[in-house]
Amino acid sequence: MPVLEKNGLKVWQRRTQGESLMRWAAWLTGTAVFVYCWQQISESTTWFFVWDAPRIAEDIWSRATPPRWEYITQLGRPIWDTLNIATLGTLIALCLAVPVAFLAARNTTPSATFIRPIALLIIVSTRSINSLIWALLLIAVIGPGVLAGVVAIAIRSIGFCAKLIYEAIEEIDHTQVEAITATGASRWQVMAYGIVPQIAPAFAGVAVFRWDINIRESTVLGLVGAGGIGLQLSSSLNVLAWPQVSLILLVILAAVVLSEWVSAKVREAII
Amino acid sequence: MSSELDALVGRKWKKPPFIKRTWLRWTLGLGFVAYLIAAFITIDVNWSRVYEGLDRGAAFILAFTSPDFISRATDIRDGILESIIMTVAASVVGIAISIPIGLGAARNIAPLPVYLVCRGIVAISRALQEIIVAILLVAIFGFGPLAGFLTLSFATIGFLSKLLAEDIESMDRVQAEAIKASGARWLQWINYGVQPQVMPRLVGLSMYRIDINFRESAILGLVGAGGIGATLNTAFDRYEYDTAAAILIIIILIVMALEYLSGIIRAKVQ
Repeated sequence: MPVLEKNGLKVWQRRTQGESLMRWAAWLTGTAVFVYCWQQISESTTWFFVWDAPRIAEDIWSRATPPRWEYITQLGRPIWDTLNIATLGTLIALCLAVPVAFLAARNTTPSATFIRPIALLIIVSTRSINSLIWALLLIAVIGPGVLAGVVAIAIRSIGFCAKLIYEAIEEIDHTQVEAITATGASRWQVMAYGIVPQIAPAFAGVAVFRWDINIRESTVLGLVGAGGIGLQLSSSLNVLAWPQVSLILLVILAAVVLSEWVSAKVREAII
Repeated sequence: MSSELDALVGRKWKKPPFIKRTWLRWTLGLGFVAYLIAAFITIDVNWSRVYEGLDRGAAFILAFTSPDFISRATDIRDGILESIIMTVAASVVGIAISIPIGLGAARNIAPLPVYLVCRGIVAISRALQEIIVAILLVAIFGFGPLAGFLTLSFATIGFLSKLLAEDIESMDRVQAEAIKASGARWLQWINYGVQPQVMPRLVGLSMYRIDINFRESAILGLVGAGGIGATLNTAFDRYEYDTAAAILIIIILIVMALEYLSGIIRAKVQ
């Protein structure tokens, strides 16, 4: 604890002078960076539109209410597609994530110097790129439609699932693995009886968690043409059919809330 | 030896099934298979289109070996810079707003009406997708990074407030009570009793959110809300895979750098 002498009295201080000077400098730099960023944003903004925003918002609101309820009959198929994109995408991702996770975990990887970095690179690169960008890319390659959405969701989810699974693998209890090894089990038997049962709850949790996220993500994939309810959203937006837009937003909201509820229930049941 | 063990000796051991009830196991399994078949059937795939596209897919993968940073260098630089600017500004504002809302959404320190209002804000922010918020905000505020900045700030509030509130709710009450017993005012109580307990986690979560905000800022350009997304979209539209590959490599590198940096900062704070 730094103590300062002031007129012969000892005064307690939380930090030394050097420390507080450093902190002050850090705050100053941070503020300067923020002000610069704000200035840049401000420069590329048409402030006329912004001052007009309340009026426009009111206008959009008055156009969007009430939602066009009868349009819901046309949303059955898109919602089914959205569900399929999320579920099939999650399944494919899990199949691909498991081997990647075993290659990335320090205690199961065949080679920590060569294979582990490659697995980690797969994890980082699939995770850092949004599913919409993957969808954009896949549409250029395999054409618009549900398939592009499924593959986009699958690729995007590999990193997330593999990261959580490999962390679970690294945290397993070694004594169980040793016990199985001591019985003379082969490498695969050790895997199946020593490691897999320990990570199974984590795996199931990750699967359901990611499925929930994927329902959210697959609702907007249609904006770039990859199928699902987003397709209806973008076509309604293009013709400024605001009553349809508000109905679709309500349906998406309901789907998101429902999937969150389902995943919470399933996770409760498993773990 | 107990009789239970006697009965088991000499029999081959079998792994117990995951679901004990046989009928439930079979119904769930068959139902899932039926769903998968139904799902597969309803996906219309134009296989000839897929086959044609394989060349383009190969071209894209090859583009990663020769990314083109140069021919659209100014576009890429401006886009990335705009993404970073949006990320920084939105993270600062979002974190600043989410702290009071997080305090309000913690049941153990907030009165019921405040709690309900704050939880409502968190729920709305979490339920709406970033890209949908961006579409609405672009319609209201016009094109440009302002809409993106507002979108990311809004999304940050839901994420951070929720996790911060959960952290406050699970804090150690004794320390906070000790501060209260010394006669501290409310603000002092928060500052000395609550804040030190949740600070390391708040820093960690903020770093994580900055990371997410940057990744999200890369797609907001698709709907006109500023950032690198617009450049990326144009590159895909023109089939300029080498430029697209360059942008993706830059995004991955920045995300990796952020992850590394957040690791250092988190280690320092804890």
